[in-house]
Amino acid sequence: MSALTDLTLAEASAALAAKKISATELARAHVEAIDRLAALNAFILTTPDRALADARRSDERIARGEARPLEGIPLAIKDLFCTEGIETTAASRILGGFVPPYESTVTANLWRDGAVCLGKTNLDEFAMGSSNTTSAYGNVVNPWKRRGDNRDLVPGGSSGGSAAAVAARLCLGATATDTGGSIRQPAAFTGTVGIKPTYGRCSRWGIVAFASSLDQAGPMARTVKDCAILLRSMAGFDPKDSTSADVPVPDFAAAVGQSVKGLRIGVPREYRLDGLAPEIVSLWEQGIAWLKEAGCTIHEISLPHTKYALPAYYIVAPAEASSNLARYDGVRFGLRVPADSLDELYEATRGAGFGAEVRRRIMIGTYVLSAGYYDAYYLKAQKVRALIARDFDAAWQSVDAILTPATPSSAFAIGEKQDDPVTMYLNDVFTVTANLAGLPGISVPAGLDAGGLPLGLQVIGRAFDEETVFRVAGAIERAAAFDAVPQLRAGA
Amino acid sequence: MSLDAETIRRIASLARIRVSEAEVATLQGELNGILAWIEQLGEVDTEGVAPLSGAARMALRMREDAVTDGGIRERILRNAPERIGLDGAFFAVPKVVE
Repeated sequence: MSALTDLTLAEASAALAAKKISATELARAHVEAIDRLAALNAFILTTPDRALADARRSDERIARGEARPLEGIPLAIKDLFCTEGIETTAASRILGGFVPPYESTVTANLWRDGAVCLGKTNLDEFAMGSSNTTSAYGNVVNPWKRRGDNRDLVPGGSSGGSAAAVAARLCLGATATDTGGSIRQPAAFTGTVGIKPTYGRCSRWGIVAFASSLDQAGPMARTVKDCAILLRSMAGFDPKDSTSADVPVPDFAAAVGQSVKGLRIGVPREYRLDGLAPEIVSLWEQGIAWLKEAGCTIHEISLPHTKYALPAYYIVAPAEASSNLARYDGVRFGLRVPADSLDELYEATRGAGFGAEVRRRIMIGTYVLSAGYYDAYYLKAQKVRALIARDFDAAWQSVDAILTPATPSSAFAIGEKQDDPVTMYLNDVFTVTANLAGLPGISVPAGLDAGGLPLGLQVIGRAFDEETVFRVAGAIERAAAFDAVPQLRAGA
Repeated sequence: MSLDAETIRRIASLARIRVSEAEVATLQGELNGILAWIEQLGEVDTEGVAPLSGAARMALRMREDAVTDGGIRERILRNAPERIGLDGAFFAVPKVVE
């Protein structure tokens, strides 16, 4: 049998159920792997004692024949999910020392189903970034290296720690969140699978808020099926989130192996950006060929407002962020910089506590919401958002799913693309539309670029039709037979 | 349209974020770069389009108007950087009224 850290989540579950391995040895293997690869900086906080205690309980339940759906499965939790009694930082200085007195609904669902907690993964500060270089706890290193080049690469962001941990085999799966691409872009950069489900599918309760109308939690793992298994546990109606959808949660994993014969796949012409790297274009064409081979029909579609999605996002998301982040006031929790007056206390605390990117976005948001500019910016962006959603509504008249590249490039070096904020924002050009329209999107590893770095394809589906998304993603995964592994990984 | 240094200072003050004079200049360049890029939304004809405020395309739920939580003072105060009063029952702030 291969190393415990090389198992997929589904394989580990089967081995646990068959008592071929114990949850304790599985947890210990991952705890050790995290220690050995600490240089990746994938974790802000590890919880080895908690992991071993969880695992012991899982072993007892398995022995009693009372295993739950994720019994004994070691997971990493993005440090944006509040975990009761475990420090939660959102990778920001301003939350330093904050120990939530409550558990987020998504993580509570995972523990209810028997998962084992390995620790809290690094991220861009408040999930604002595409390279995991805005964290107050330092950069995360991508476990992949470009061929013949020893420079450290970014894992993508904002869920960079979760992506690196999954890719390097430090966990069997991880939670992540996606506001403009923060699950799918890091998945593409690390050769892992990540799905942002439909808005409302997973409760946002207890997740540190960035942009509430766009934020959505989802899983990252090494296979499509593993993501499907995790999402089933994470999802579900929650009265504590007013936007949580009261709809049944299907058995997503059952959809993964289903035939895609007869499915109509849309290929949006507006995603063929000028100057798009030839490698990305050929990967996309390869994906189209695979799906055709599997029995899908391919249809060129038009999503005419695609070009305006990112600029609209950079009004809507900062506006919501400026409002959400008003709560960090130095009074109720987190950092406090003493001052003589209340206003000075706020200004000093927030000036010292927020990093450069977060500050920029709060200021953009404050400006677009300020008197006299609200209509010109915020209202305009919301109207453009309506048009983007309408583009997709029209597309669903003729197709069942949409295939696009996940990112416009493979992982770049730490320090690259940092010249100006807008260059970094363009990373999310293919992913942000699904957030604005609230649709599910998955990134599946589909090939390597000339430098030996992974590239991903994205499948977007109708609202609450993750099953079709998983079906198509499963077909791509089978056709791609992606078996490349990163240079830095447990067991290597 | 371009933001001048005075406007940057005003936005920072509205956002209650202290920025140094050196940062004002940096922020001015960055924010103007972002706003110039955003300006392209002006090309889109949005006449008669209803704004979309959220991705949850469903009506907000109603629930019974009943108290469902409470009695957790200590849990709420536990993370306070500074507390005041008997049993530390209050969040502490600098003196607001003379």
